[in-house]
Amino acid sequence: MSYLEYNVARVPQGLQKVLAMNWALVLLIAATAGIGFIVLYSVAGGDWRWAEPQMYRFGLGLGVMFVAAMIPIWFWRNVSAMAYGLTLVLLLAVEFVGSTGGGAQRWIDLGFMRLQPSELMKVSLVLMLAAYYDWLPPSRVSRPQWVLVPVVIILVPVFLVLKQPDLGTSILLVTGGGAVMFLAGVHWAYFATVIAGAVGLVTAVLQSRGTDWQLIKDYQYRRIDTFLNPETDPLGAGYHITQSKIALGSGGWTGKGFMQGTQARLNFLPEKHTDFIFTTLAEEFGFIGALSLLVLYLLIIAFCVVSALRMKDRFAALVTLGIAVAFFLFFAVNMSMVMGLAPVVGVPLPLVSYGGSAMLVLMLAFGIVQSAHVHRPRAAGEGRLLRR
Amino acid sequence: MKRNAEEQRLSTRHITRRALILGGAQAAFGALLVGRMNHLQVDQADEFLLLAEENRIKVRLLAPARGVIYDRHGRILAGNEQIYRVSMIREDADDVDEVVTHLRGLVRLDEDTLQRALREMDRRPHQAVTIADRLSWEELSTIAVNVPSLPGVTPEVGLSRVYPLGRDYAHVIGYVGRVSDRDLENEEDRDPLLQTPQFQIGKIGAERSLEHVLRGKAGSRRVEQNAAGRIMRELGRTPGQSGKDVQLTIDAGLQNFTQARLGLESASTVVMDVRNGDVLAAVSSPSYDPNLFVTGISVPDYAELRDNDHRPLHNKIVQGLYPPGSTFKMITLLAALEAGEVSPSETFYCPGHLTVSNRRFHCWKRGGHGWVDAAKSLRESCDVYYYELAQKAGIDRISEMARRLGLGAAHPLEMTSVSEGLVPDRDWKRTRRGEEWVVGDSLNASIGQGFVLASPLQLAVMTARLASGLSISPRLVRSVDGQARPSGVNGPLGINRSLLDLVRDGMYQVNNSRGGTARGSRFDMAGMKWAGKTGTSQVRNITAAERARGVFRNEDLPWNRRDHALYVGYAPYDDPRYAISVVVEHGGGGSKAAAPIARDVMLYALSGGIPPLDAYPRGQRGQAEALLSSLNLNPELGQGPGSSEA
Repeated sequence: MSYLEYNVARVPQGLQKVLAMNWALVLLIAATAGIGFIVLYSVAGGDWRWAEPQMYRFGLGLGVMFVAAMIPIWFWRNVSAMAYGLTLVLLLAVEFVGSTGGGAQRWIDLGFMRLQPSELMKVSLVLMLAAYYDWLPPSRVSRPQWVLVPVVIILVPVFLVLKQPDLGTSILLVTGGGAVMFLAGVHWAYFATVIAGAVGLVTAVLQSRGTDWQLIKDYQYRRIDTFLNPETDPLGAGYHITQSKIALGSGGWTGKGFMQGTQARLNFLPEKHTDFIFTTLAEEFGFIGALSLLVLYLLIIAFCVVSALRMKDRFAALVTLGIAVAFFLFFAVNMSMVMGLAPVVGVPLPLVSYGGSAMLVLMLAFGIVQSAHVHRPRAAGEGRLLRR
Repeated sequence: MKRNAEEQRLSTRHITRRALILGGAQAAFGALLVGRMNHLQVDQADEFLLLAEENRIKVRLLAPARGVIYDRHGRILAGNEQIYRVSMIREDADDVDEVVTHLRGLVRLDEDTLQRALREMDRRPHQAVTIADRLSWEELSTIAVNVPSLPGVTPEVGLSRVYPLGRDYAHVIGYVGRVSDRDLENEEDRDPLLQTPQFQIGKIGAERSLEHVLRGKAGSRRVEQNAAGRIMRELGRTPGQSGKDVQLTIDAGLQNFTQARLGLESASTVVMDVRNGDVLAAVSSPSYDPNLFVTGISVPDYAELRDNDHRPLHNKIVQGLYPPGSTFKMITLLAALEAGEVSPSETFYCPGHLTVSNRRFHCWKRGGHGWVDAAKSLRESCDVYYYELAQKAGIDRISEMARRLGLGAAHPLEMTSVSEGLVPDRDWKRTRRGEEWVVGDSLNASIGQGFVLASPLQLAVMTARLASGLSISPRLVRSVDGQARPSGVNGPLGINRSLLDLVRDGMYQVNNSRGGTARGSRFDMAGMKWAGKTGTSQVRNITAAERARGVFRNEDLPWNRRDHALYVGYAPYDDPRYAISVVVEHGGGGSKAAAPIARDVMLYALSGGIPPLDAYPRGQRGQAEALLSSLNLNPELGQGPGSSEA
């Protein structure tokens, strides 16, 4: 029972909800997706084969967002635990019936689309943690037993995702979940301890290489190697990073122009329509184009944060901020990766990379953000509100 | 449960504070990303742009057509033919085995080439690899028609070297072949053309020594290539420059006749124009078909050439070194006459041998020649006369005269492995043998035995110099790209004309006078006589026991222990045009084995075609006719223009 339910005297009803949505955020999202269509069209060599399905998905995603926005935020809170449980079951299911793509078990073929439960988990986890902290009295937040619970909530799906194996999503889940705990007010000391522990773990992973107790797969070690020194193996494992940097750098200030990017058109770029799509944007539209996309992303975050700060409800604020952080991690990891700041871990660029699951899940998440925005309790005189 | 309002307020403030911290961290990371973008796209833009261009733009070399080699009358000796081949890109062939099977159904495929190509395709799946070479036009058409069902297969047209006159030119022109690792290691030749597939480079002979002239310059094609190496479009083309055409001094008809006349003998003949040094024919026998080497000779074929005791791979024209035997006697005579140690009319008595330093030196004629003067010494080739001269003139004068006449030096001819030969002197023996020169060495040298070694080319140069009185150098290349090369005349020899006339008269008597060693090979033509000198050089020492038994008739010895037969000559006697040298390895006596060949070749050169029978002495015409008609001549060359055109 949250504060919200007792203070919803002024919440928009019916079609009023549509007007009460955060339209600036919708426009920003649409603009970002629009950039995605342009780049996908270009990357396909002036062909609609990727841009068109991506548009349908975005249309479907917009529908999902609107529907989610209309649903009261307390409904989302109430189904959080269920959503989390269901996603866990799906994650377990891909272990057994999942299809393999890119060397890892990741999706379930639903016929009309391929569902990646690990994508869904990014949202479910945020919901679950927000609901947990909504339920937990703030005074107990930093007590060890109550810190352990969300840690388990985070680590169970992380373990399953790591088994696929999908290092990129695992990192996103851990950092995203951690960010929600941080927002909820868990004591600094825990984070300091975990960061110290993580440093220790990284050392252990690197030390375990080649021994019987090797902690991660060989290909993941190789990605680390090539990240640290891509030039040593320009035609082998370092090829992706080297070519990606060449594409980015050769764009210069203003880029080579629409459809003029040679690196992508001539297939020097790997995964040019998915994980490495940012390089084509940067190659064809230059520093200005790349910066524009980054600004759009940061504006989306900013609008989420501003929206969250006006919310009096703990769940709504945590969900909005948690989703904003998850979204941030998405593009931050992807951009770092293609610019050679982070190892290649296989994280797509949100709203832009070609892909169904990620797009739909992201739009669902923004729908929940919109729902929190629409259903926030308002002070007297704020907006045109109806009595309940 | 209704929340405590105070608690709610506190928690909201908490979230706000942490949200701002996290927001700040995000903004900071955003700034980091911008910084990185700026670094890559603004600071390093030029560098990466260059790398991107290098990625996409590839320069493909276009092989220039190799220069054509002509004979002095414009007949093609080495040309280029269009060849048809089929290449395949593994990446584009869905199922290589299936495509190859289909291809095999259409044309014959050489298994060796195919297997090599398949291995190469494994290594370079994106590049075109030749899977069948030298197809006929029909085969190429068959493949071209079926291309839609042969993914990855491309019919191609290329150029390859061809030697239309085959074996006549194996030693003069040599051949081209695939670029070898050794060719690539050559520091002086860093031409990127060598790296292009199917490129042909001169291996031996003129093809090799004129490589820089014949090769030409590569053209280039700038293409845009995708990451898989597939060409997307052509960006530009720079035309190359064909190799320069070369005209040789060789007369194809004479060359063909000479080659046929030498037959299967292990022999060599050089014909030179004494007025300008032009080499009109240079033949080493037996020969082989250089075209075999262009395509890559088979192992058994190569083994057969390599193991043949007549050494067909050996270019005897410039590499074959022989003791010149009696053909050296002109040199000894000139050296002694010029030094004034003897007068032409001075006579020496030849009892068949001469004892010097307790060693007995024999004349070839066991009974001796009696009293011998200069003319008779040449005519009858008396060895004792020259033993006497050697003691008077000394080795230094003889060596000096030999060098002036072109021996002991590698003439700069456009062939490979041109030998220096050997003109011995005191210094040479001291440094190379660690022994002092003894008078016996001079005696041996005086009759062209002992240490003296000369190649057929050097003997021809010597004869040309004797005949013309000019310091003639051989010239093989007449013009390059239409630009004439300088003639081989380097001014007068500086030998007193009366002495030269004396030697020439001696050589005339060899061919024409009673008792002359080559009288059997005289001309029987009014106003046309020739001069020459026979030689017979021992390849082993005759033991005293053999000499006593009298068993050293060449016919009784195994082939490889018989004497070399030599002959040098020039014609016409009164107005010299052509000089010739003939060496027949293990041929026996020069007068029997070498002089008749020289006569036939010389008559061909003089008459510009098959020698007329009436040039032969009456009694020999039947034999000559039989021999000449049995020669396997190239009919296209026999009726060609004569060599009389300079």
